[in-house]
Amino acid sequence: MPILSLLLPVLMACVFGCPAPVFAADRFITVASTTSTEQSGLFGHLLPAFEKAAGIRVRVVALGTGQALDLARRGDADVVFVHDKAAEEKFIAAGFGVKRQEVMYNDFILVGPQADPAQAAGKDILEGLRRIAATQAPFVSRGDKSGTHAAELRYWKAAGVDLATVKGPWYRDTGSGMGPALNTAASMNGYILADRGTWLNFRNRGELGIVVAGDKALFNQYGVILVNPARHAHVKQADGQTFIDWVVGAAGQQAIADYKIGGEQLFFPNASK
Amino acid sequence: MSDLSASFALAGELVAAGDARLAAIVWLSLKVSLSATALSCVLGMPIGALLSVGRFPGRHALIVLFNGCMGLPPVVVGLLVYLLLSRAGPLGQYGLLFTPTAMIIAQTVLITPIIAALTRQVIEDEWREYREQLRSLGAGRARAGRTLLWNARFSLSTAALAGFGRAVAEVGAVMIVGGNIDGVTRVMTTTIALETSKGDLPLALALGVILIGIVLAINTGAFLVKQWAERRWG
Repeated sequence: MPILSLLLPVLMACVFGCPAPVFAADRFITVASTTSTEQSGLFGHLLPAFEKAAGIRVRVVALGTGQALDLARRGDADVVFVHDKAAEEKFIAAGFGVKRQEVMYNDFILVGPQADPAQAAGKDILEGLRRIAATQAPFVSRGDKSGTHAAELRYWKAAGVDLATVKGPWYRDTGSGMGPALNTAASMNGYILADRGTWLNFRNRGELGIVVAGDKALFNQYGVILVNPARHAHVKQADGQTFIDWVVGAAGQQAIADYKIGGEQLFFPNASK
Repeated sequence: MSDLSASFALAGELVAAGDARLAAIVWLSLKVSLSATALSCVLGMPIGALLSVGRFPGRHALIVLFNGCMGLPPVVVGLLVYLLLSRAGPLGQYGLLFTPTAMIIAQTVLITPIIAALTRQVIEDEWREYREQLRSLGAGRARAGRTLLWNARFSLSTAALAGFGRAVAEVGAVMIVGGNIDGVTRVMTTTIALETSKGDLPLALALGVILIGIVLAINTGAFLVKQWAERRWG
């Protein structure tokens, strides 16, 4: 390892010659976030406004919530911006994060074939899932420990469906992000739990449409957390906090409310004042 | 079928429009993969020569190891480099994760075995042919290795191109160590993966067509240079 440590700076110097200092001078924070915020286009809308206001660049690494928290736990991000309250509280309790602040919400929707072979349509997500399990209609699961996956598992449990016993070929555990899982669902014309943001921005819909929406249980809360500098000394505490203060502040909340696709608002700001 | 033709048309439009963001992504792809290829040549070619003309215990095991590592899964390389460069990892203090440098390191790890293994094969053939001659000139093994590397430089360009092709086409390693950060570490392959995620399949395929076009152009360029150099100095 010592040889590598010696070699690395040399490698950097020879490969990047002059650009290296430019990278160093660039003021930025790293935000570990979810695929839904990136793939729905929200960050593309939100971040330029923040960068202009604060002069701090935001580098977003978009992963599932589980992976994003894991990355932060290792100290590879300054801020996490995710949507799995239970996992976030565990993260804080273990001392990896400073404080969890709520930012915005949207909702999950059950997407499925417009012909709706399982008769799952309606306003009740639990009833919809029960019908899918009963008819064994194809269902695509994220299976990647993301916030959406965690929510899906909660709904199955609440619906009284024991996946371990009813799981069959109809239940496809894809281990992939929201977009890839939607692609899979579109190609096999199956049901899938999705976040509304990614769905609205998703192009390859095939025969799919929204089957269940508007159930209170489908509420999907996003939170933002500064990674604990006491745990990882290099965390950019001041700049990270500036970002958090901005998204939960008036300007950030307004920018979130302003983001629309086809006239439809994707995320609803609800930071506590 | 309409999707396919739409993609090719879109690829043409994207190139014709000369979009600055696309150009930056293409440029970063080339910078990362060409740097990795250069580093891998510097590391891999001497290793290949050593494995072909050298005689030492464990040589066969190393040859098998390098041949086997030609099939290293990019995701595994990415994970390995990620764990090394992560703040919690042994090289975390340099803060290299999610930088182009991290991507160059990962691709170098990925393709050095390919270049070393292909070099070994080329030099071994040369060594069989010129062994007696080199010996009669009194060249030691180190000297012979250097001479043969220089002699085979035109054939070795194929090894370099194979390495470059692998580097520029992989997505698994750069996705993990680069993080696909817009404007910082987003390259052609991670952009294609992202657009596929968004379900914009025609755009994803159009970007793929452009990537293939670039790789073909580079190979054409390398081929022409090689031909010209062979005529001149061959």
